[in-house]
Parts: sequence; structure tokens; C-alpha cells
Amino acid sequence: MTLPIIGTLACLVLAAFTGGLLGGIDRRLTARLQSRQGPPILQPFLDVAKLLGKTPSVTNAWIVPCAILTLASTAVALAILLRGGDLLLILFVLAAGAVFQTAGALCVPSPYSHLGAHRELLLMLVHEPILILVFTGIAMCTGSFSVADVFREQAPLLPRMPLCFLALGYALTIRLRKSPFDFAASPHAHQELVRGLLTEYAGPYLALLEIAHWLETVLLLGVCALLWHTSLLGMAMLALGSFLAEILLDNATARLTWQWMVRRMSPLAVMGLALVNLLWLYVA
Amino acid sequence: MDIFRNLLHHGRMKSPWFLHFDCGSCNGCDIETLACLTPRYDVERFGAVNIGNPKHADVLLVTGTVNPRNRLVLRQIFDQMPSPKAVVAVGACSLSGGVFRGAYNVVGGVHEVIPVDVSVPGCPPRPEAIIDGLLEAMAAMAAKIGRGPAPGPTLMPWDPDPGREEPASARPPDSRAAPDGNGKAPEERGTAPAPAPDASPPVAEDSGRDPDARPPDGHDQAGPGSAGTAAG
Repeated sequence: MTLPIIGTLACLVLAAFTGGLLGGIDRRLTARLQSRQGPPILQPFLDVAKLLGKTPSVTNAWIVPCAILTLASTAVALAILLRGGDLLLILFVLAAGAVFQTAGALCVPSPYSHLGAHRELLLMLVHEPILILVFTGIAMCTGSFSVADVFREQAPLLPRMPLCFLALGYALTIRLRKSPFDFAASPHAHQELVRGLLTEYAGPYLALLEIAHWLETVLLLGVCALLWHTSLLGMAMLALGSFLAEILLDNATARLTWQWMVRRMSPLAVMGLALVNLLWLYVA
Repeated sequence: MDIFRNLLHHGRMKSPWFLHFDCGSCNGCDIETLACLTPRYDVERFGAVNIGNPKHADVLLVTGTVNPRNRLVLRQIFDQMPSPKAVVAVGACSLSGGVFRGAYNVVGGVHEVIPVDVSVPGCPPRPEAIIDGLLEAMAAMAAKIGRGPAPGPTLMPWDPDPGREEPASARPPDSRAAPDGNGKAPEERGTAPAPAPDASPPVAEDSGRDPDARPPDGHDQAGPGSAGTAAG
């Protein structure tokens, strides 16, 4: 009984390390794309160590449980994925974490934090249905929402759900806070809303959210990798390819306004893309 | 536990997130400060990020003179930063008021409002000097929390030698180390050639100092371009 728990915990630690490393690679690659030298690869770990050592100061005590619960739910969601659990459960636990984070940002008096939280809610409105559609596609291929059942499938899923993969990339851009959808908590958006959602999370609590973001990066790349589950190489290629594509997109595009997100048809078009794929799966 | 603490400290030294506050500058220093972010200077290679949020910042970079209106803002921003933190005053105006010193609407240097750890002189200072000041601020911060010696002043060839202000028994007259004797190793400050050992007698040099070239020596300024320990 205890062995799987210890194994899962070890995997979570490894996942956090991988996420931090990916973050460092992201910063380095971004710097190189801007013809800068960039920080050391291990910079995210240095940042988190620094933040953990800062004096904790919060404007509202509710920030503390919100930060801890965000990290906890992201870790639980990743553990469910690692143990081959239910895809829908992963989605709901992850959403709970995002809601805690937003609630923490809304319980303080800072207007920047409120703006960021409202934008984050808009982003959640867009990416949650897309993720549900993608998971439905996986379920239509395998017959159940279980991750373990995906691995019982003989053929890779990607050839059967290419449009769903595109839609997943759209959701991935939102969740990784990449341009063009980085208007809720981007470090580059400080001219317009300081740090948005993360404005009032300071010191150790920001470090917790940073670790949660690492875990979420690994979780979402893991979901990408599920689409080519038959070979380890395919999984790695799919996950890393998505990640590099996100970095390229981040550097190639400008930040959009949140109005673009809701007024234009972009989210509906992406959901339509996924729906067409589902229809194709239904007919085929 | 000790390893954990050392790790925290290592991260603290290598991740100076700075907040740039324009306290009424002519934008010369601001442009040079932001030039530190450009590919040519790329301050991020030291892990530094221009974070626009006092609650996330470790170092406060202040440019420009302080006036009665924005002294409260400056004080509030400083108070919002969680410790350990450091303050870098960038440019002549934030050191002493610069050419605006004595004007009816100018309070003076940043040190009149908040404790300054590092002063970067110049009008405007070069981006290299600002990056150097930022890294010096991390050493000053380490000294404040009792990890390591306080950094000594970085001298230019034309600067008076602070070693001469000490009693002659404390150090040789041509010493270039900090007055407290634990200044950092001079390898990175070795760019300035050593002054001639018998350039002038100490008294003459002290009286020959330009009073406006350095801020009034309140609590933390050891000289122009210097890093002294703040009261904490």
C-alpha cells in the first residue's frame, strides 16, 4: 500500500524538477531567440529558492490556503495522471486548483490582482471546454475516460484526432501563459497590470504557485504525449515538440487583448475544430 | 538544514528581481536602466528580471530626484517590498539631487527618504555601471543579513581614497580597501589604476573633495559609486 504512494511522491518530485528544467530551457531559448545570452538553465530553481527565503507578507490571510491548495490540487491532478486515473477527474481537480488561485487573487484589495483574476476566469472559460472536447475525443477512441485504457489501445491516437491535437495546443498556450494569451499573469505584461493574477502572491506563496506551474506544465505535456502512447520516443517527441512550438509561438506573436478572446470567434473556431474531429470519430 | 539554508542563500544572491522606480528623472537614467535589458547588456544573464511589482522585487532601482509629492510613493514602495531587500540609487539626481539640488521642489537624494545600499553615480550612468550596482546590491543585501562582508567602494582614478580618512595606524596611506577593512577582493575593481602613492597629503586631498559629488554622508554612503551597509 505504501509503496505506490512513495513511488507517486517520488514521481511528483521528479516531475517538479522536470518542470523547472523546462522553465529554464524556455527562458534560455527565449533569450536566444531575442539574441540575448539568457539566464542559467537552473534559474527557475534559484528563483524559487530565493522566494522561499523571503519574509512572508500577505494582505489577506486567505492567500495562504489558496496558494497551498493550488499546489495541492495540481499535484493531485498529476498524481491521477501518473496512476492512470480518470481524465475527467484530472480536469476537475486542475480546475479546482485554478479556481483557488483566482479566489486568492480576488480576496485582496489590489485592482491589478482583480483585473488579472477576471482575465484568468475568461481564459478558463475558453480552455476548459476545449480540454473537455479533447478528452471526449480520447474517450471515443478508447471507450473510456481512463488513462490506463489509453495504454491498452494498440494504435496511436494522433492519426485519429489531429484536429483535437491542434485544439489541445490552443489550450496548452493558454495554460502555459504564453503569448498571445498571456494577459492574465504574464511577467512581460507588467506595464499594463503589474503581475495580474500573481500580483499579491509574494515570497513563499509565489514560490508555491511557481512549483504548481511546473507541475501543470508537466501534466499538460503529459496529456499531449498521451496521443502517441505506443512508443516512448513518440511520447517524448510529441511533448517536446509541443513545448518548443509553444516557445516559438510565444516569441513570434504579440500579446492579444482579452476582448479578442471573447468577441471574435477564435475560441469557438477552435472548439469547432475539436467538434469536427469528434464528429469524424463518431461517423468513422 | 544547513544545506537548505545555503541553497536559499545561493538562490537569493543569483536572482535579483528589480523594481525600477522613476522618481522624477529626466528619463536619461531610465533609458540606461532599461538598456540593461537589451541584447547588448542582457542583465537576465545574472538572473535579474525587471519585475514591475514591489511585492516580488528584491532590489529597488531609483532614478531621479525626490520631491515632496513622490517621497511618500517612494517610501510606500520600499515598505511594500518584503525583506531582505536592497536599494540602488542610479544617477546623480538620485544620489544628491544633481543639478536640481537646492531647488524649491526638490527634497534631495533618495537617501533622505529610504536607506540606500548602493549609489551609482553618473549623468546618466552607463548600463555597465548600473548592472554592477545591481550585483553590488546583492552583496550589500548579504551583508545586511549577516552573510558575508560589506562590499567596499568601487573607486575611479579621480576619486579621493577613503583609506586616507582612517588613522594612519589603521592602514597604509595608499590602501584602496574599504574603511572597515573587509572590502571585497579588488579583482573586479582593478580597472581603476592604483593612485600614485604620494600624490598629495591626506589633508589636502580631503579638503579638495567636491562637496556636491557625493551626497551628505547620512547613514549609509561611503562615497560616490560606493556600496556601504545600510542600517538594515
